[in-house]
Amino acid sequence: MLWYIARRIIYLIPTLLIVSIIAFVVIQLPPGDFLASLISKAEETVDQAQVDALRERYGLDEPIYVQYWKWISGIITKGDFGRSFEWNKDVSDLIWERLGLTVVISLLTLAFIWIVAIPIGIYSAVKKYTIGDYVVTVIGFIGLAIPNFLLALVLMYIAFRYFGQSVGGLFSPEYIVAEWSLDRVLDLLSHLWLPVIILGTAGTAALIRVMRANLLDELSKLYVDAARARGLSELKLLFKYPVRVALNPLVSAVAWVFPALVSGSAITSIVLNLQTTGPLLYRSLQAQDMYLAGSLILLVSVLTIIGTLVSDILLAWIDPRIQLQ
Amino acid sequence: MQPTHTKLDHVDDTAKIDNQTLLDVKDLKTHFFTDEGVVKAVDGVNLSLKRGETLCVVGESGCGKSVTARSILRIVPSPGEIVSGEINFQQRDGEVIDLAGMNPKGREIRKIRGGEVSMIFQEPMSSLSPVHTIGSQIMEAILLHLPVSRQEARKRAVSMLDLVGIPRPSEQLDAYSFELSGGMRQRAMIAIALACEPQLLIADEPTTALDVTTQANILDLIRDLQQDSGMSVLFITHDLGVVAEIADDVVVMYLGRDVESGDVDSIFHDAKHPYTRALLQSIPRYDSRENRRLYSIKGTVPHPFGRPNGCPFHPRCDDFIADRCDSIDPPRHSIKGEHSVRCLLYSAADEAPSNKDVPS
Repeated sequence: MLWYIARRIIYLIPTLLIVSIIAFVVIQLPPGDFLASLISKAEETVDQAQVDALRERYGLDEPIYVQYWKWISGIITKGDFGRSFEWNKDVSDLIWERLGLTVVISLLTLAFIWIVAIPIGIYSAVKKYTIGDYVVTVIGFIGLAIPNFLLALVLMYIAFRYFGQSVGGLFSPEYIVAEWSLDRVLDLLSHLWLPVIILGTAGTAALIRVMRANLLDELSKLYVDAARARGLSELKLLFKYPVRVALNPLVSAVAWVFPALVSGSAITSIVLNLQTTGPLLYRSLQAQDMYLAGSLILLVSVLTIIGTLVSDILLAWIDPRIQLQ
Repeated sequence: MQPTHTKLDHVDDTAKIDNQTLLDVKDLKTHFFTDEGVVKAVDGVNLSLKRGETLCVVGESGCGKSVTARSILRIVPSPGEIVSGEINFQQRDGEVIDLAGMNPKGREIRKIRGGEVSMIFQEPMSSLSPVHTIGSQIMEAILLHLPVSRQEARKRAVSMLDLVGIPRPSEQLDAYSFELSGGMRQRAMIAIALACEPQLLIADEPTTALDVTTQANILDLIRDLQQDSGMSVLFITHDLGVVAEIADDVVVMYLGRDVESGDVDSIFHDAKHPYTRALLQSIPRYDSRENRRLYSIKGTVPHPFGRPNGCPFHPRCDDFIADRCDSIDPPRHSIKGEHSVRCLLYSAADEAPSNKDVPS
């Protein structure tokens, strides 16, 4: 088991290297660079000599592989992710807090999805084709169909209009730039519920369907009848056998739920004004702020790979049929 | 359609279940209420099983054998329901109870399941949980029905695995089903079924999914265990070779009802019903000199919604009597002793076509 994990971590290195190259190249592919997009937005005309000077200073006139090498060797040797042109700050100063918040929100959302979806999915499968099942199914489809950002706008409006609560962002205004303290953590927690619900809605709806389908498959299996024929009560039977087996595919779903939450919720995060990585990545790509964008994509990839590894290990742990070789 | 009753030659169904009888199923009807219509999977089955004996239920696929077995344990899958009939079962304490009248999710039937009546299924591949050890499933049955501690249950589980001939039983207790071969899985299923010494073992085609050598081993095992414990066995099969080997009594089923029943000798040597005779003719014989094609019953089992009027077998019957077999539902007719048949060839003299069954 330990050897398996170690080997998976070793495999991680070439994967990340390839991802970083692809990310870097893709960011550079559109014509122009950061300075070009800066100039196009600038109101007064920019002196060409000044531009050239800047270009040299940022190393933008060098070939792409030289730029890549500088960036990646900085990360490996000094943990230096380069400098964000747009923010005029080191990338590492920008991303760590946001990455931390993103991971917290993602984990909470994942927990929310599971806690809500699994019991509803079980109910829906056991009470197949009853009114309760239909109600849950309809709500589930609505949850799937409404875009998260729209739901965010509606809920923000309701919260503001009827409860007088400022709901955007993760902190109250006075805590946004404050140092970490107990009060700031409490403030964060009081703001987290809304984004967690909004980000979790579509995932919950999808997971209810998955859980229902998985469980329906298992409920008709012969081992369920065999356990019933042994004299087990219906409730014990349900949780010991079919639910237990139906959960296995959900664990492998961790692998894709996690990166989707980290990178895929950019628009919702922008609407909700969340200090997560999604909006930062979005802006850096627009501005061709390549070191920031590249670093974010690299970190999202790391999270994805870690998510996959965690789900593989969990799956091997709960399902004896899977052998780690 | 109601069976046409006659005063003469009609087997007396009202007899109380006697001391020697363990299970007595009377006119059991289990129907499935689907959106397309009602499927009468079991439509008036009678069978009776004595203590320590083996009753074989035979018939083609789709004739209601498995549903009959599941009805006894009340594990008919939805939308199936027992609509009428009795399943009288004599408990260990001598009390006779009607399983058909019980709540299928209730406490009483759960005490019967696994404790007094156990069942093994057709596919040992899928009747064990894929994510639990063999031991946990045997111990579950033991702990449900016997007042023992976990350690005692574990000990008993090991001895059960030993009893059914699984090598290295204390190691195999912690094995998962996917680590065992098909034959070993069926042995494990038998160990689970017999862990609480049931009075009745229902075996629903337990050897169908196994290869021939393993089949013989499993049959021998069931027979040996039966001799040691004195339990009764309700054995469901479509393999007449198996029937000849293990049965005391036989019930032949066709389209959800018993068409002929009797002791194994009467069925094999004095079969009355054309269906039984046709089944017997369909057995390949190695000593047959003539190079003939193997006999096969014409046609197939009708679609569940297209149930023929009168005798359900008449469209495939070689002895079909026009205007009678397609309109009269044949009553049970006693031949000799417990040998009885539902066929108009034998009760023809007492029967007049009744108009109400003639399709308009």
